[in-house]
Amino acid sequence: MKHTQGLGLALASLTLAGGAMAADLRLDGFPDYDSQLEAILGGFPAHNVDMLMNEHGGHHDKLKTNLATGSGAGDVVLIDRNFVGSFVNQGGFVDLTDEFAPYRDNFAPYAVTQGQGNDGNQYAVPVDLGPGVVYYRRDYMEDMGYDLDEVMTDWDSYLDYGRSLKEDGILLIGNANAVATAYWNFNVEPGNGLYFDSEGEPLVTSDRFKRAFELAKTVRDEGMDGNISEWTEEWYAGFREGRFATQMSGAWLLGHLQNWMAPETSGNWGVSNLPDNTYGTWGGSFLAIPRQSEQPEAAWDLIEYMISEDIQLAGFQNIAAFPAHTATYDDPMFNEPIDFLRGQRARVLFANIAENVTPVEPHEGDQIAESLIGTALEQVLNDGMDIDTALANAERQIKRRVR
Amino acid sequence: MTTTEMTDPTTAQENAQRDKSDRQRTFWHKTTPYWFMSPYIIIFGTFGIFPVLFMIYLSFHTWNPVAGLGTMEYVGLENYALSLTDPTLWQTLWNTFLMALYSGIPQHLVALPLAYLLVQLGKRARHWLTTAYFLPYVTSTIAISMIFFVMFSKESGIINQALTGLANGSLTGWAFGWLHDVMPLGWVQENSLIRYSVSFVVFWKYVGFNIVIYTAGLATISDELYEAAIIDGANSWQRFTRIALPLLRPFIFFAVTLTIIGNMNLFDEPYVLTRGLQQASTNGMTISNYLYRVAWEWLDMGSAAAISWILFMVIGLFTGLYFWFFGRRGLGGE
Repeated sequence: MKHTQGLGLALASLTLAGGAMAADLRLDGFPDYDSQLEAILGGFPAHNVDMLMNEHGGHHDKLKTNLATGSGAGDVVLIDRNFVGSFVNQGGFVDLTDEFAPYRDNFAPYAVTQGQGNDGNQYAVPVDLGPGVVYYRRDYMEDMGYDLDEVMTDWDSYLDYGRSLKEDGILLIGNANAVATAYWNFNVEPGNGLYFDSEGEPLVTSDRFKRAFELAKTVRDEGMDGNISEWTEEWYAGFREGRFATQMSGAWLLGHLQNWMAPETSGNWGVSNLPDNTYGTWGGSFLAIPRQSEQPEAAWDLIEYMISEDIQLAGFQNIAAFPAHTATYDDPMFNEPIDFLRGQRARVLFANIAENVTPVEPHEGDQIAESLIGTALEQVLNDGMDIDTALANAERQIKRRVR
Repeated sequence: MTTTEMTDPTTAQENAQRDKSDRQRTFWHKTTPYWFMSPYIIIFGTFGIFPVLFMIYLSFHTWNPVAGLGTMEYVGLENYALSLTDPTLWQTLWNTFLMALYSGIPQHLVALPLAYLLVQLGKRARHWLTTAYFLPYVTSTIAISMIFFVMFSKESGIINQALTGLANGSLTGWAFGWLHDVMPLGWVQENSLIRYSVSFVVFWKYVGFNIVIYTAGLATISDELYEAAIIDGANSWQRFTRIALPLLRPFIFFAVTLTIIGNMNLFDEPYVLTRGLQQASTNGMTISNYLYRVAWEWLDMGSAAAISWILFMVIGLFTGLYFWFFGRRGLGGE
């Protein structure tokens, strides 16, 4: 007994000593996190940190291969919200519940939940958030004599605004599918996941999806959108030329709009939360430690540093990554007016959304459901398929595919 | 005599040694080619043979790669049953088949006469033009597809701009005026158009490859045959159909076989043009795209392996049928 205790003590002190020694770490991620790391690593002398950056899709594909073969992943990996659900339940990551416990209450609750596996343990720690918002053209609203509250009262008033816009030859939104996506993402019933209930039964034929599809179909059928694919040249041009009056997205779209997509439209924009006062999230990233890492303690040191208050604020400044650490929201920076949004203090709104989003349980079938629902939406909007038929098809396929 | 008697034991020893070194020499002699080939064999084994064998194994298991190698579970034929009753699999197979036809048939119908014309043009022009036609084939498929994606764009794309120009033109308006009713066309957004858009890119990329095969084939045909035909009064069309085409049969057979196999494996062009399967994917997704989605987006490697084998069988069936119907004649036999 004494023997084992002694051994345990020796091991513990060894681990402590090991923790104190500088280790060589690698963080695998995607841009713009390289800019953030370059800016902040000077303040982290404890270990030598190297980074391996790949574009968003390539990074996640590489990570899948690394997890499959059990080798080649960095000590810390960045994971996009879309992938977290399919990753955290597969046992590939170190359980960070105890390490994260002291900080947990300072983080947006919904994001904390997203990083948990079905067993309730914390496998991924939120590092930035994507509060869901709608950007709108202030000038159009003024010209047409509408005010914001009138437009955003509920989804019907939002559509009414679209009808008036159409008379003036302006589109309500670039692509109707953003309306549907926003609706089903932002109106999740308490206790349910995005596409599955707590028992793992698909929810895609529920009223939430029907209503989402109906809204988008109305927008498309009445010619209020341009069927413009997002993230294409045409979409960017639409912003520059003011072809559409609103766009639903994550708060992070602001950075893209003012830096490269449509800098010349500065001052014409405003931001609001979604119609019907819904709070939701659109994107966000997490940090995790793959089990294959040989130095999880040192890796945690790096995560701890990256989620600390100062560094979270630095990330907001450097790469417009919205902090997951809610204590940062008291910083004076949040009160600064944003010129691009005609002086709106938008960060207060973002923070308010981040704190009010209801947690949504991730499910390992989320990716499957997402692409099948995407196809169903396309069939309804482009090919005139009946909504119930499309959703029933999707449900049948989801049930087959999620095993 | 004495010497032989005396050296008998030594000779035996020497013989044994010589035998040994002979054997060694023959060993090295026989294996040398393989040693030279070993880099290729090792690489081919690792990246060619092993994955194929592993995929057979995989197709009888469920495996989520993210969970690690240890989580494979034997499920027998479940993956095959699941895939064969999957409506998306049949839809994507049908898409693949249609796009293979739309892009494959015009490739050969254009490449054959074009190659014939090129050969008539004389050496210098032929070399330059063949190079020009071949250029798309050696250019990165992704780069080509991305450029076509921009050209197909609805509002600003050059194709729609040109069509609008034709519809508005004073000389062409009468023929193209009806375009106003359908413009702007979503070439890569609409399920009704995506197959034609993808097929056109594939056609454009591979027609040059077939031209090269056919010009090489035409070069094997002796000029005397044409001369004799001219003396007999055959015109240019007759020389093409009666001399060039029949003698090109083995080349046509070869080129069409490559087209069947290549087109059934179509991946890059539809993947880029549907923006990573985000738009017009109902009709634009090929079976290779689908198995990629099942494997890497849905993380179901077992099903994806089963789909690969189903695709393999389908390609085998098509090429088999083609060989059965055209093989003997195509290869120049009786």
